[in-house]
Amino acid sequence: MTQVPTPDFDALLAEVAEIIVSALNLEMTPAEIAPDAPLFGEGLGLDSIDILEVALVVSKRYGFQLKADNEDNVKIFTSLRTLATHIVAQRTK
Amino acid sequence: MDDAPSYPLTSHGDPAAIIAWRREGPVSVARFLADVRQLAARFPAGGHLLNLCQDRYRFMVGLAAGLVAGRISLLPSSHTPETVRQLLAFAPDTFCLHDDANDAPLAGLPCLPYPATPAVDGERIDMPQIAADRTVAYVFTSGSTGTPVPHAKHWGALVRNAWAEAERLGTDRLGHALVGTVPGQHMYGFESTVLLALHGNCAAWSGRPFYPADIAAALAAVPRPRLLVTTPFHLRALLDAGIDLPPVDQLLSATAPLSQALAREAEARCAAPLHEIYGCTETGQIASRRTTASPRWQLLRDVTLEQAVETTFASGGHVEGRVALADVIELIDGEHFLLHGRSADLINIAGKRTSLAYLNHQLTAIAGVADGAFLMPDDEAPDGVTRLAAFVVAPTLTPRELLAALRQRIDPIFLPRPLLFLDRLPRNTTGKLPRSALQALLAQHPGAR
Repeated sequence: MTQVPTPDFDALLAEVAEIIVSALNLEMTPAEIAPDAPLFGEGLGLDSIDILEVALVVSKRYGFQLKADNEDNVKIFTSLRTLATHIVAQRTK
Repeated sequence: MDDAPSYPLTSHGDPAAIIAWRREGPVSVARFLADVRQLAARFPAGGHLLNLCQDRYRFMVGLAAGLVAGRISLLPSSHTPETVRQLLAFAPDTFCLHDDANDAPLAGLPCLPYPATPAVDGERIDMPQIAADRTVAYVFTSGSTGTPVPHAKHWGALVRNAWAEAERLGTDRLGHALVGTVPGQHMYGFESTVLLALHGNCAAWSGRPFYPADIAAALAAVPRPRLLVTTPFHLRALLDAGIDLPPVDQLLSATAPLSQALAREAEARCAAPLHEIYGCTETGQIASRRTTASPRWQLLRDVTLEQAVETTFASGGHVEGRVALADVIELIDGEHFLLHGRSADLINIAGKRTSLAYLNHQLTAIAGVADGAFLMPDDEAPDGVTRLAAFVVAPTLTPRELLAALRQRIDPIFLPRPLLFLDRLPRNTTGKLPRSALQALLAQHPGAR
């Protein structure tokens, strides 16, 4: 599942980066989140508590519920790009 | 003399009784016993078992196979490389059981993947009887010197704890299906999902739903009566999501005090009673309360509290010995008390417990750190998660390097936000770091709220 870069998708990346920074009160600017850098561990260092916080905002903003189904809970949150790609596929608004 | 007392592996008396629910459907006690026997036969040599199974049913089978095969389970508070090293120093003959190869990165540790195929079910297996004084598990808490402290959990005490909890929640009569948002490896999840399934007449959902929609789906996958075992944080996320929930018959919360407001909202939304349960690693669960009815906690059957000077001790019932509690407690009568917060050094974030002394030890043990200290800011949001701040003097390290080194040592939930680099810490003339001085530094920080 890859998303072709388009101006719309780049705008969504920036929008989602802004959501992450503001939802978690991170001490960085949205532009500092590289689209393909891991959001977990050695990357941005988010944990499952953060994921739920961001998921809540994403659900309300884009009008769908995140589900893990059989997948790893946080696979959607591998990187900014995987999250934005998931939003493109699922959004209702 | 009589034989030492023993208890069965599970109090479910009927082999056809349901002990767990999986995506494929119910798991009977007979199937559980067959899976336990199959797994126990595959255990490698080694007396200690690190059970990393994420699937709650597999975790239960691993624990039970350890009981049957004479292995002791290890339940550390985190799985960082440093913690695992300390675990191996404590029990060099440890092997690990996992159901996800990504969870087994621990070099040098023998690993057993959970069997892919279920055991052949058919022949009748007698219920294993386990001696009450058998050590089931070591549960670890952070010591004050940087070395985790093991607490031995014995079978009789664990079984009686589950019976006391089941009696209080009524699961002994009603036989709830449990959906837990907390892992079986964590003390609360261990007691309120794994032990309640084994000895509280319950059946545990094998998954650990994460997103609100997953919790709703898990609830829908099990029959009523349903008991949701969760935390204030997960509960708040669930209610905030505003999704439709299947009927829930009871809610259980622990790990942090729940606000009255959230408790009322949860009860109204679910039309079900919410109970909080209180305990600690050393005592097991000792009290509960119906949060919307009263701030008072009611002790579980036969447990008693007494106070000497500033310290409260628990004993009786399933509590082993006389145990000092780390919380500030006001006794009301022989059965009730109020909780007035934790002692200053103790940290509890999202149900993970540690101490400032432990964290400070780990921080200052990093090469390049000249001085350092953690601070727990005052709670900002009820039912939310407050993060630690840390102050460090480390002229040769970058923030990224320091965080990477800390990540090797402490659970990620305790990683500081913010992490502030200073030329020196505001130590007073006796070398102490007043909390007020650290709070003032944090307030000056541009990102401080």
